[in-house]
Amino acid sequence: MSPLLSVRDLRVGFGHDPEVNQVVRGVSFDVAAGETLAIVGESGSGKSVTALSINRLVDFGGGRIVSGSVKLKRADNSILDLTAATEPQLTKVRGAEIGMIFQEPMTSLNPVLSIGTQIEESFRLHRGLTGKQARAAAKDALDRVRIPDALRRLKYYPNQLSGGMLQRVMIATALACNSRLLIADEPTTALDVTVQAQIMALLAELKRETGMSMIFITHDIGLVAGIADRVMVMQNGQAVEQGELNQILDHPQHPYTQHLLHAVPHFASGQAARTDGKRDSEASVDPALRVDGLTVRFPVTSGVFRRPAGAVHAVEGVDFDLMPGETLAIVGESGSGKSTTARAILGLTKSTRGTFSAVRQEASARQSQRPVQMVFQNPYASLNPRLSIASILAEPVIAAGGRLDVQTRDRMSMLIERVGLPSNSLDRYPHEFSGGQRQRLCIARALMLNPSVVVLDEAVSALDVSVQAKVLDLLVDLQREFNLAYLFISHDMAVVERIAHRIAVMYAGQIVEIGRAAAVLANPQHSYTQRLIAAVPTVSRRKEHFELDTRQVPSLVRQPGFEPAPADWTHFGADHKARTEAPPYSQTAG
Amino acid sequence: MGYVTRRLVTFPLVLIGVSILVFVAIRLVPGDSITAMLGTEAGLLTPQQRVALTAYFGLDQNWLVQYWHWLLGLFRGDLGISVAYGKPVLDVIFDRFPLTLELAFLSMIIALAIGLPAGVFAATHNGRPSDLMVRIFAMVGQSTPSFVVGLLIIYMLSVGFGALPTMGEFSPFWKDPLRNLSQLIFPAITLGLAFAASVTRISRSAMLDVLSDDYVRTARSKGASARSVIWRHALPNALIPVVTLSGMEFGYLLGGAVLVEKIYALPGLGRVVLDAILQRDYALLQGSVLFIAFNFMVVNLLVDLAYSALDPRIRLGER
Repeated sequence: MSPLLSVRDLRVGFGHDPEVNQVVRGVSFDVAAGETLAIVGESGSGKSVTALSINRLVDFGGGRIVSGSVKLKRADNSILDLTAATEPQLTKVRGAEIGMIFQEPMTSLNPVLSIGTQIEESFRLHRGLTGKQARAAAKDALDRVRIPDALRRLKYYPNQLSGGMLQRVMIATALACNSRLLIADEPTTALDVTVQAQIMALLAELKRETGMSMIFITHDIGLVAGIADRVMVMQNGQAVEQGELNQILDHPQHPYTQHLLHAVPHFASGQAARTDGKRDSEASVDPALRVDGLTVRFPVTSGVFRRPAGAVHAVEGVDFDLMPGETLAIVGESGSGKSTTARAILGLTKSTRGTFSAVRQEASARQSQRPVQMVFQNPYASLNPRLSIASILAEPVIAAGGRLDVQTRDRMSMLIERVGLPSNSLDRYPHEFSGGQRQRLCIARALMLNPSVVVLDEAVSALDVSVQAKVLDLLVDLQREFNLAYLFISHDMAVVERIAHRIAVMYAGQIVEIGRAAAVLANPQHSYTQRLIAAVPTVSRRKEHFELDTRQVPSLVRQPGFEPAPADWTHFGADHKARTEAPPYSQTAG
Repeated sequence: MGYVTRRLVTFPLVLIGVSILVFVAIRLVPGDSITAMLGTEAGLLTPQQRVALTAYFGLDQNWLVQYWHWLLGLFRGDLGISVAYGKPVLDVIFDRFPLTLELAFLSMIIALAIGLPAGVFAATHNGRPSDLMVRIFAMVGQSTPSFVVGLLIIYMLSVGFGALPTMGEFSPFWKDPLRNLSQLIFPAITLGLAFAASVTRISRSAMLDVLSDDYVRTARSKGASARSVIWRHALPNALIPVVTLSGMEFGYLLGGAVLVEKIYALPGLGRVVLDAILQRDYALLQGSVLFIAFNFMVVNLLVDLAYSALDPRIRLGER
């Protein structure tokens, strides 16, 4: 029996001379009916271009298939070579036989059309359904992806739904006409980890129900373990290794696969947590940062005269302290208030109430007036492309009232070398550096003022896994050398396990659990922490079935004057406590 | 709904601001309306006559009192008497406004009918020779002054067809549609061409942006045809800047088009404003500028409402 899809020696190029400028360089693979192939690789490996070449969407992105064949067995058992198909033929294949979902569900749906209209379009295009029939079919499609209250949701516009819901809508659209092949291009990368678990569970269930084949593209080898039958590893436009799931994960042959598997942070339930914490050994040291009852509320107004109608309680009574040389990780999902906490500590957002004090250390003579510095998530957007590296590094010094003198220049050269960049970097410009190098520059910039606390807001999330590992190593080295305190904000539990001494879990604006990293990860007490940890994909959890769970974060908008009940903590051991959960809390979350 | 109410509340405030500005500005200009009205004969006035005339028009009082009287009149719907036309200001404006409104409408229809398809065509043929052609035409259209286009049209009509655009007494559309259109079509083309050039450029760039958006790729992955992708998925998302531009241009046109009105000998609002300035006709200038400002604000409000019709994100109040 011939496979559903058979790709042979696929070569895809871009630009004026696609022959020379090849991004995919001779890739071959088969996908059998009902099988899931995972394509794994880092950015620039050609994995997405390979996927887009299958349904020929690559044509619209300026790419051209230079040679090779992509043979699809169609529903009537005829074989069509998609590389030679005409555009009218392709429009009959796309959406009908090959469905596709993308990385960013928030931008992948048309903002001016209701989701009902967008799902109906598939039925209109491929089944000729219109009006009531199309509407009924669209409702069924939403039911299939387990969206509650489907009939009403059809009238919603994309901005009214969360990212996880939108990705379900995307899946419903892609599978509307019973496509036999689903191409999923990093479908969960933009989503929170618990939402990711739900989408993965849904895909697994739909696969069982429909017997469809799937090509699952990801950079996260942990996700692969949960869903794939076969794995193909790509590097520089070539498939360096492919085979059965277990064989690739347990006995990787190619050095790059081995490197990738090694570099990926493996979540180990707290066993890999750091043990060099300062808190246990030197109890008498003053904290580098103390935060007391930090509260941030954003007013909500209504009516002609904009009367205050309530407030979004983004951060509510957050307390913690941070010792010199210690890393506190704040983990939580989007909307949990973790970034707002960081912004408030830096004074970028005005706090409604609460105090925080950053204590200066006496150790260094040139101790900064501004003891808290920050490194941002996106290294591409956080460096001004028009400034040389020297100007970028000098800027915080000048902004703090310092001068570009010999001492400053010495510090610039020292830090550039210390973060592992070539010494001639100072005269260059940001575009000459890769993502990982840029993040090193951002770290050097943050250290220019010799801070005692560095806030790292998702500082490694945008980097490829192998680069991520190196930057994390650098951060740990710098921490030891300068006795830095890190406030490490992240959604990625595996990364957090690598770097944190202590972990604070935030949910709906509040810390629900805080304590020693090993204790929190190995023995989570709060139900939300448990849910978060259960959702982390790991290589060891193969083909595990996630439970479908449609719980949403409760609304943080409160009536004016609302004050939450004071926290009631339950202690578990010396440095580990969790909020006591009132019974109604866990019920209303449904 | 709250948004529209808020906008309506600010309306009178802006209008009062505009009126104060015009009121002061025209009085800062040297010269007076009596001299301007009578021309050289003003020299024949005895000082007593001049004082009497000044008092008759209320120009002897201080500015504050004059403004107060004018404001009171405004609330009664009385904008005063035009010195230059010898008629109530409101009558002068309403005589001229239908022509200006119609001209603005026709120009906009021409601009959108040419500009939108041209912009979409250029965007979908990005980088090809046909795109370059459209862009050159748009550039030329935008940079050629309207009076040059107007004169060229008249020249071509007279030399090529031995005909002239219909001139003479303006006939409103509801009295003689054919004659009305024959009077207005060439002025509308004159104004519409430059307008169309702007629409072409802005719709081209908006479409180019939108065509690289993720949801366009999604539409293609669903098997939508090229035509459906362009007109159904991309264009509605590209319309907001086009609506903004069209609204602004339309608002300007409602203030009259002095040069084109002059070339085609049309009695529009632009000539009224010009006359009012030249004649130091304070009442007429204040009245007509206030009227133009009001229209501009109404157009702006309509543009905002159009946004919310086009984009549910705006409609659903997540401003």
